[in-house]
Formats: sequence, structure tokens, C-alpha cells
Amino acid sequence: MATNVQSIVPDAASAASLPKQPSQAAERWRAFCRRRAALVALVILAAIVLACIAAPWLSPYDPYAGNVKERLLPVGSAGHLLGTDEQGRDLLTRILYGGRLSLLSGIVPVIIAVILGGGLGIIAGYFKGIINTLIMRTLDILFSFPAILLAIGISASLGPGISNIMISATIVFIPPIARIAETAVKEVKKEEYIEAALSSGAGTGLIIRFHVVNNIFSRLFVYSTTQIGICLMLASGLSFLGLGVSPPTPEWGFMLNNLKQVIFIDPIVTIVPGIFIFVTSLALNIVSDALSDVLDSKG
Amino acid sequence: MSNLLEIDSLVTSFSTKKGMVDAVRGVTLRVKKGKTTVILGESGSGKSVMLRSILRLTQRGSNVAGSVRLEGEDLLGKSPKEMVAIRGNRVAMIFQDALSALDPLYRVGDQLKETIRAHHKVGRREAKDRVIELFRKVGIPSPEERVHAYPHEMSGGMRQRAVIAMALGCRPDLLLADEPTTALDVTIQAQILRLFKELQAEFGMSIVLVTHDIGVAAEMADEVAVMYAGKIVEYGSAEEVLTRPMHPYTAGLIAATPQSKQTGRLSTIPGQPPLITEMPPGCAFAQRCPYAESRCTESVPDYVSAGRSQQAACFQLAGRERYAQ
Repeated sequence: MATNVQSIVPDAASAASLPKQPSQAAERWRAFCRRRAALVALVILAAIVLACIAAPWLSPYDPYAGNVKERLLPVGSAGHLLGTDEQGRDLLTRILYGGRLSLLSGIVPVIIAVILGGGLGIIAGYFKGIINTLIMRTLDILFSFPAILLAIGISASLGPGISNIMISATIVFIPPIARIAETAVKEVKKEEYIEAALSSGAGTGLIIRFHVVNNIFSRLFVYSTTQIGICLMLASGLSFLGLGVSPPTPEWGFMLNNLKQVIFIDPIVTIVPGIFIFVTSLALNIVSDALSDVLDSKG
Repeated sequence: MSNLLEIDSLVTSFSTKKGMVDAVRGVTLRVKKGKTTVILGESGSGKSVMLRSILRLTQRGSNVAGSVRLEGEDLLGKSPKEMVAIRGNRVAMIFQDALSALDPLYRVGDQLKETIRAHHKVGRREAKDRVIELFRKVGIPSPEERVHAYPHEMSGGMRQRAVIAMALGCRPDLLLADEPTTALDVTIQAQILRLFKELQAEFGMSIVLVTHDIGVAAEMADEVAVMYAGKIVEYGSAEEVLTRPMHPYTAGLIAATPQSKQTGRLSTIPGQPPLITEMPPGCAFAQRCPYAESRCTESVPDYVSAGRSQQAACFQLAGRERYAQ
């Protein structure tokens, strides 16, 4: 019988191997590279990230040790590329060390929010009904506060500390991410392959793990990359207000706070951490913008 | 010949703003072991809903009443968990659009493995061998390579073969096919239909095929059930129903099928099926029926038997032998 079935194979020609197509990833990477601004932003971002990671090897200075004789050297001084701060510490060194915390507090809350918010959104979108109402209306309450006010409120009640900043930023980012996940799940649920999976006996858990999570991932990913820049600003802002690190620890937002005391003495040195916050979040936004264009081009 | 599937007075209703609306209004159907039953009917006649009701896959807020028995077991009384074990395992379903029935993110072979592994405790390697074997069975060329293809890399006919392979993954006793060839061109359609027959001969499964194509019905059916407005209006062996239709609707459908030697205008059935929200009290076909009389609009006709297996729901049959084509 099997041989009989074989005989109805359309034709031998189509039995040839599959045409080798360029992989989708490669195609998307090329599309990304065509956006010059995005490419430049990506390079700048990569440079900042790598420099922050490699800070101990790049810088000969101790980020904590000041030198009273070398306080507030201007940008471009010999030996101190970005000058020194009000305690005579090398500013570039402190920027690089501080960037570690700043970048981390921009990325970690978004990742955690994607996991928690995405999970909530999937549950709400998949099960609908009372579960949906409970989850989404609760998140709506959080949504109704202005983000910065909510973050300050949570941070203030948790007390200062970089981890508390991350917790409050996470809570701020959960509702929008959950909302996007919920909408995406509702759409995916209408797809026929979900029905096909159901009809071939897949249980709820399998369908969520196999079909739902992966099909909404690109949308969640695109959205959350746009949030990293915003999160970085938020975390730096909270830090600037003194809700983050305690004094000797370098962190961009808090460095800005410290240096504001000397703004009339050396305004250029004062805004250096601000420039880093600005450039990093701008680069993040440009990159994520290009990413969303490239990834959304196909569904 | 015993019955694999017995459906009795199946009513599927959906809750709408206007209250509960019946899409399937009392369907009774027998599907014999190893045979093909074709459900024929136009769009909106409730064919697909009926098919989904068998597996209890109708949308939320719908209600399925009556009884559906698979080898004597009542499917409507089963828990959702028990249904999961039946779907894909003992009863499989094939959908109209093979492209949207496959998840675009996964290689086709991986999706088949998912189905097999959902029902049987087999290792990855063994599941993969099973998939390759299935691909070979459904006539997919070079199956070892095709298992790594994504849905978009396959042609329409190839995808439908893959979907059929997926349905056959656990050797179901019953295959439900919802217009499996509608999205394909005629040559591929003929290949797929032939494949169904060959696989049926090999596995001995029963097939319930939903279509609006009388040609497909003539090609495939052992038994034909004609559905109109949520009810089966005529039922019987394919030979009887398609060559000597009893119900005026069936006769109208057959007369409206283009013939190769056709000259002049194609005959049509005037009017449109009633909306399921505004079902008339009598025979649902009465408004369009050339033979309708006053009792047709007042009460619902019972089934009248004729021939060996043929039954039709029409008042006119008592007086008239058949409606000539």
C-alpha cells in the first residue's frame, strides 16, 4: 500500500532538495545595517557597554580614591580625559564604573517586567473571563498613576538603594508590557494553528508554551527594547533624587546630583554624567526603533 | 457494519446579544467503520460547527447538547482532560487552510513531533523517525529534508499533506476533515482526495468530510448527508442521494452544478438561506422551495424513508416519488 501512495508523488523534480534560502536572521541583520543611524547608535552603545564592563582594565585610577590637589580639573586635562570631580576622582573612571550600575538598572527591570508582565498578560489573554478582569483591572490601577510618580512613591516607601530602584522600575513597567502581551495573545488565540493544536489533543500548557509564548515574543521583545532607554532615564532620575546608591558608589544619576553643587564652578564637568545618560538612552532608542522596523516587517 | 460514530439530536447553540441561537438544530448521523461520510451543504449551513461539536471545539459561550458517541462512549459527557486524550489520538481533525493550521514559527516536522509526543511517551529520535515515516506515507518527497522545512517553504499541496500527516500521527479511528481541499487547485485536490482513499484503505479509519463541492462528494462518499440551515435534510448512500435526490434542496444543488457539456445559464436556487437568528417555524427551505405549500411554512417535516438507506425531511415525498433532475 505504501508503494501505492508513493506513486502519487507529484513529480520527481520537486523531490529535489529544498532551495537554500538566506536565513531570516541574516536578512534582518542586513536590513538593520542599511539604517546608518541605527548602526552608528549600535556601535556607540556597544562601546559604552564594553567599556563599562572592562572598566578595571581600561582605567588606571581607583573610582573611590580622590586627590585633593586635582579637584575639578577641566575636561581634556592631561591624564584625566574627562577631568575630575569635586573630590579629585577621575571622572571617566567613575563614569565607566558608574555605567555598570546605571546600565544594569536600565536593563534588569525591563527583563523582569517582561517575565512577570508577559506571564500575567498571557494568563489574562488566554483565559479571558474573570481571570482577565482581575489581572487587567488591577494593572489598570497601576497604569493610572504617572510612571515617575509611581516609581518615586514605591522607591520612597522601600527606602533608598539601587535594588529598590530596580523593584520600583519593574513595577512601573509591568502594566504596559502585560497589556501588550494580553492583546497579542488574544490575536494569536484566534489563529487556526491553535485550533489545529487543540484538535490534535494539545493541552493548555503545551499550547501556551509551544505556540503562544513564541508567537508573541517578537512583539514583546520589540516593545521592551524601547523601554530600556526609558528605564535608564527613570532609574537615573530616581538616583538623582537620592533614592539610589549611597555616596561613594558611582552611578550616573547620583554623580549628576553630586556634581550639581559645583555647577557654577565648572559647568562642563558637571554635565558629563548627564551626557552619558543622554547618549546612552538616545542610542538605545534609535537601535530599538530600527529593531522594531526590521522585526515587524514580517508579521 | 457497525457504527463508529453515532450522533443523536445534536444541538449546538451560541449565546449572542439576541439570546441563544442554534447553529446546529438537531442532527442525527451515523458514521460507519472504515467508511466515508460526506457532509454537503452551503456556507453557513452549520457543517463546520457540527464537525467541531464532535470534538467539543466550539468557541466559548457555546453549548452542545444531544449525544455524540464514539464506539458507544459519550463524548459530550467527558471531562475536558479526557477530551484532550481523545483529540488527535482517536479522532483527528484537518482544517481547510493548511497554511494557517501550521504555526509559522516552527519547522513542520517539529509540529508533528509535538502531536505525537503529546499522546505517546516516545523519545525525540523515535518521534522524528515516526514523522519521516508519516511524511513518506502521505507522499511528501524527500521526507528526511522536508521535516526541517518551515510552513512557508512548502507549497499548498505539500502543506496539506503535512497537515494530513499530523492528523494521522496517532492512527486515529476517525478523521474529521473540514473542507480539506477547498484551498487547493483542482489537480492537487484530486491528489489529496486519492491520498485520503489510499490512507483509509491502509488504516481502516472512518472519514467525515465536510465540503460544499458535489464533485468531491461524488468522488469520496460512501454516505452523503446534505445539511441545510443547521439540519440534515437528506441522508443516504452516495449513489442514491447524488443520482436520485429526494429533497428539493439536494435536487437544486445538483442541478446547480456545472456540467462539462453545459450550454446556457446554470440553474440556481433562488433566494438565500434563512438567518439563524430568524428561523421560520416550518421547513427552513420552504421560502426557496419551488414545491412549497402552506403546511411547509407551518410545521417542520419529518424524515421520510425511500430506497435502501435514503431519508429526507420533506412533506412532498409522500405524494411524489422523486424530484427529477
